[in-house]
Amino acid sequence: MSDTGSHNVSEPHEHLPATGAAHGASAEVRHDPFGNPGHPEHEFRRQDIDEKAAKHSERVVAGLFTLSMLGTLGFIASFVIFPVDKYIYVFPFGHVSALNFSLGLTLSLALVGIGAGAVHWARTLMSDEELTDERHAADADDELRATMEAQWKQGVKESGFGRRKLVRNTMLGALTLVPLSAVVILRDLGPLPEDKLRHTAWAKGKALINPNTNKPLRPEDIPVGSLTFAQPEGLNEESDDFQQQIAKAALMVVRLKPEDIKDKKELSWSHEGIVAFSKICTHVGCPVSLYEQQTHHVLCPCHQSTFDLSDGARVIFGPAGHRLPQLHISVNGEGNLVAMSDFEVPVGPAFWERG
Amino acid sequence: MKKLSARRRHPLAALVVLLFALAATGGLYAALSPAPKAQADESSQSTQITEGQKLFSVGCASCHGTHGQGSSDGPSLVGVGSAAVDFQVGTGRMPAQQAGPQIQKKPKQYSQDEIDQLAAYIASLGPGPIAPASNQYDPAGGDAAKGGELFRTNCSQCHNFVGKGGALTDGKYAPTLKGVEPKHIYEAMQTGPQNMPSFPDTTMPQQQKQDIIAYLHEVDTAQSKNPGGFTLGSFGPVPEGLFAYIFGLGTLIAIAAWVAARTTKAKKS
Repeated sequence: MSDTGSHNVSEPHEHLPATGAAHGASAEVRHDPFGNPGHPEHEFRRQDIDEKAAKHSERVVAGLFTLSMLGTLGFIASFVIFPVDKYIYVFPFGHVSALNFSLGLTLSLALVGIGAGAVHWARTLMSDEELTDERHAADADDELRATMEAQWKQGVKESGFGRRKLVRNTMLGALTLVPLSAVVILRDLGPLPEDKLRHTAWAKGKALINPNTNKPLRPEDIPVGSLTFAQPEGLNEESDDFQQQIAKAALMVVRLKPEDIKDKKELSWSHEGIVAFSKICTHVGCPVSLYEQQTHHVLCPCHQSTFDLSDGARVIFGPAGHRLPQLHISVNGEGNLVAMSDFEVPVGPAFWERG
Repeated sequence: MKKLSARRRHPLAALVVLLFALAATGGLYAALSPAPKAQADESSQSTQITEGQKLFSVGCASCHGTHGQGSSDGPSLVGVGSAAVDFQVGTGRMPAQQAGPQIQKKPKQYSQDEIDQLAAYIASLGPGPIAPASNQYDPAGGDAAKGGELFRTNCSQCHNFVGKGGALTDGKYAPTLKGVEPKHIYEAMQTGPQNMPSFPDTTMPQQQKQDIIAYLHEVDTAQSKNPGGFTLGSFGPVPEGLFAYIFGLGTLIAIAAWVAARTTKAKKS
């Protein structure tokens, strides 16, 4: 492919321009081994000396560009032909969407055709002679510097910047105040968080609703070793702020044997061993509900923070800085589990003013 | 015989003799050891329980106690119900092969008839979840779309969004649900094996369990549709990023090297 390529052409050597006498001469001993050796002698490509080879390269480049055009046409055709729900079997991928697959295939043809054509063009047909272009000096010469300095000094003197202090100081004052208008207008972009980070949709008397059945949870529904999630009564999936509310109020409910609960406050906030904890990790707010029912550990999948639900959701591993907030629960007159108050501490990750 | 005798001092002769001896011992053991008795009589519930008790005393009692009351090596089985037995023995997790962070799935050691007998015996020790009937876990009877929603709410935190499984603490893990029989998925939700919490009918009704099984069936067969093509194991962004870094960047580097490579020259010499 490389050196022998030239032998196939009818004596291309004679087309080569005459080269320097140094070519083929025995090695010279250089006097300065660290000196700039300069460019190696330019070598010609087949395309430079053989018009037939150049024509061939031209055809290849044109072929690649044509392939790209076909790819684009194919892209448009696939978009028109395939319905969104058409699936086909393609060997290593399985049952894939015909539309997505053909769009990806044709678009990559279109882009690769342009890229490969341009590269082949540059490599075989454009000039490949090495040139040296010296950099300009980065600094100005002394004469120019002296002129500039003189002009600057004259400007200072003529404007009276140093002499008329009132003008200078009021100008500095005006420039300092101007950015304040930007602060005001940026401040107006959205409301302040106020105390939203400290409150959730939970409140005294709100029932714990099972999101699976949309019914209130009852203590007898929850055996030891089970895992249930809960959301506050009155939270409606259709409402505009549902995502905001559930992101703070998400709750996991498990039942432990009361004698297994080590933390006194946890025991007093539980109901017959049923405890309710915030589902939001106190590290960066991932939903943490990988509950191991034998160890009572809860693992956060994002950064492996681990909480011990039998000991007040203490952090036993990982980067979380706070326990998972516990919700004080009890039962109401109808025998449903209800919250006794909102969370006592803010849920989720710490923030500046959390304290 | 002469040929054989001539080679008796061959360096490999001892190995050949050893292999013959091992094969003979193994063959004799297989031929002469008492074969497991075929259980044909399924007359009544009490026979089931008696037979189950016999199997239990042989295979399970050393860890779970002679009456299933548990010991330092295994938990009490009173009140775990027939569903737990069918899951644990049916998936080969019980009898356990070795202690470790988690008892692993392996080929099952008992026939379904024997498992039913064991289950009948354990169920007689105390009330517990009953193994489901086939119409309760048939994927055809569930709503896959609803099941997907339930799966993402209740299960995906450990088992991944299409049930590929994931890591837990200290070497424990949530196993993949690929290829797990629908019955066993149902029983796992009912009973909460090992560190998995249970999802009892009181908080996740029967029909919802069936919906979840329908969803898993939908995403877990050779016919499952993948609009995007390559799933890379459906493990999410980490392997996808790794793939992009290694293969995507690798290809780009190779192309860049090719673009700048020396072109073919027509040499004069």
